Amino acid sequence: MDAVYYTESKKTFWQKVKEQKELVLMIFPFVLYVILFHYVPLWWWVIAFKEYRPFQGVWGSEWVGLQQFKDLFSDSGFWLAMRNTIVISFLKLVTSFAAAILLALMLNEVKNMLFKRTIQTISYLPHFVSWVVAASIVISVLSPESGILNQILMSLKIIKQPIVWMGEGHYFWWILALSNVWKETGWNAIVYLAAMTSIDPELYDAASVDGCGRLQKIRYVTLPGIAPTISMLLILNVGWLLNAGFEQVLLLRNPLVQDYSQILDTYVLDYGITMYRYSYATAAGMFKSVVSILLVLFANKVAAKLNASTVV
Amino acid sequence: MFKKKTAEDIIVDLVVYISLIFVGIVTLYPFLNVLAISFNDALDTVRGGIYIWPRKWTLKNYEIIVSNPQIYNAALVSVARTVLGTVLGIICTMFVAYPLSRKDFVLRRPFSAIMVLTMYFGAGLIPTYLLYRSLGLLNTFWVYIVPALLGMFNVVVVRSYIESLPSSLIESAKIDGASEFRILWQIIFPLTLPAVATIALFIGVGHWNSWFDVYIFNSQRPDLSTLQYELQKILASVSMQVGRNPDYQMGAMAETQQVTPNSVRASMTIVATAPIIMVYPFLQRYFVKGLTLGSVKGE
Repeated sequence: MDAVYYTESKKTFWQKVKEQKELVLMIFPFVLYVILFHYVPLWWWVIAFKEYRPFQGVWGSEWVGLQQFKDLFSDSGFWLAMRNTIVISFLKLVTSFAAAILLALMLNEVKNMLFKRTIQTISYLPHFVSWVVAASIVISVLSPESGILNQILMSLKIIKQPIVWMGEGHYFWWILALSNVWKETGWNAIVYLAAMTSIDPELYDAASVDGCGRLQKIRYVTLPGIAPTISMLLILNVGWLLNAGFEQVLLLRNPLVQDYSQILDTYVLDYGITMYRYSYATAAGMFKSVVSILLVLFANKVAAKLNASTVV
Repeated sequence: MFKKKTAEDIIVDLVVYISLIFVGIVTLYPFLNVLAISFNDALDTVRGGIYIWPRKWTLKNYEIIVSNPQIYNAALVSVARTVLGTVLGIICTMFVAYPLSRKDFVLRRPFSAIMVLTMYFGAGLIPTYLLYRSLGLLNTFWVYIVPALLGMFNVVVVRSYIESLPSSLIESAKIDGASEFRILWQIIFPLTLPAVATIALFIGVGHWNSWFDVYIFNSQRPDLSTLQYELQKILASVSMQVGRNPDYQMGAMAETQQVTPNSVRASMTIVATAPIIMVYPFLQRYFVKGLTLGSVKGE
């Protein structure tokens, strides 16, 4: 083996490329593909500094400098979308983390494998249906007339009148967060369960010898065991802070909760595709992308400091 | 070691089992409820009180769907994009994942960087729209397939899986004179099946569930509509009526048609979900293994 490495190390870069031309041939079309579909679109950011008109083309359109950004930052609708984006993604972040960790902890305490598998299988299921289906289910469950939630609350005498859940802004934020919990908790719990299986069983035995009960074992063995996973996922999620869930919001929003449901993505959609203000919407989208990249870099720095594995 | 259960053990078990049964019910109930509504007489549903069993059985809600040529066509488009998209997706993912898994591949680092970086940024909706327009992808079937050929996350999963295989496999095949293409498809591919099954599920579900690309890029072409998009259209018309007492309004239109939007939505939801529920048990045993193996090694 040593001899092979020795002779290979003497080859120049191009000789090696030639030797591995099959591998290069295999992957090269896809490198071009990725450049075309992921890097070339960045070029269109140029229209954020123009007043783009489709018939004049990108070069024919007039330069307007930072005018689009000035308009954007002076639009109260943009800041409303910003507020909603941050509030919604923060709510979703907190609830989904808490729910996934709690579910994983509970599943980990179950010794009956059949029961554990059954619950897990059920809990993943919503992850695999589309948000269209999930939204349809949410609307059905929350329906004022026939929805189960109102029926239960009314039969328990907690409320007298059915509540129009989808018609109130503050409820809407929680509907987004909790429907996200319903859909994704089982799936999100997988990674914690995997982390729990790699905890050394001797630690549990040692804890027993020290007189720890079940709850103390969770507190002193299981939780510290998954702490690195929790902190790494939290850090990674910082990069998603401006993603409040495009499809989910788009499907569940309605005119009554407009002021609470407009997020950056729907703002770009409404202005760009619906009103044909391409340049303005691109400026908004560009702002979002740049902030997201900065957040990812920041998160990555923090992760590196904490000695967790880095991403980029 | 034989130990008597303490009071704490019993309480913890009780709390855990009851909570998990609650989780199971809360997760599953909405599906069963929609299923029951889809099989229940539409006018009867408006009275409320349908839980997990239909009160007045009917297939009427499904007949509406099946007899609608648009929805029939949408189902065909959904199946076509899912099958074609998944097969091509797997092939493309293998072609990228295999070279990147080879530690001796000279271009591994730069190519990896180019590919993986795309996981962390996007140009945004409008630039993407303008790119597809200039590529002539708008209002074609291919807008479903071409942009979705490669998912970087899937590449990472498969690449990590291949890296966990012994490298001597590849070396001995090379000594026997096999080409890289042959090594990939005859040796690596069969051994990578758990990971392939995992990403096949992801890619397939992604295609089946996708509606946003239809909405943005193909909404002018009813013949290229998909099931999920048809469901979205029904949904949009329902959510516009929130707060305006929808069930009551629909009751009025139901007199003539014997169906309500709510009931059609329920049966449509079931049609849009059924294939996933049917495939899911077969692939489920792979994905946890394929995924955890892949992601742990990938870090």
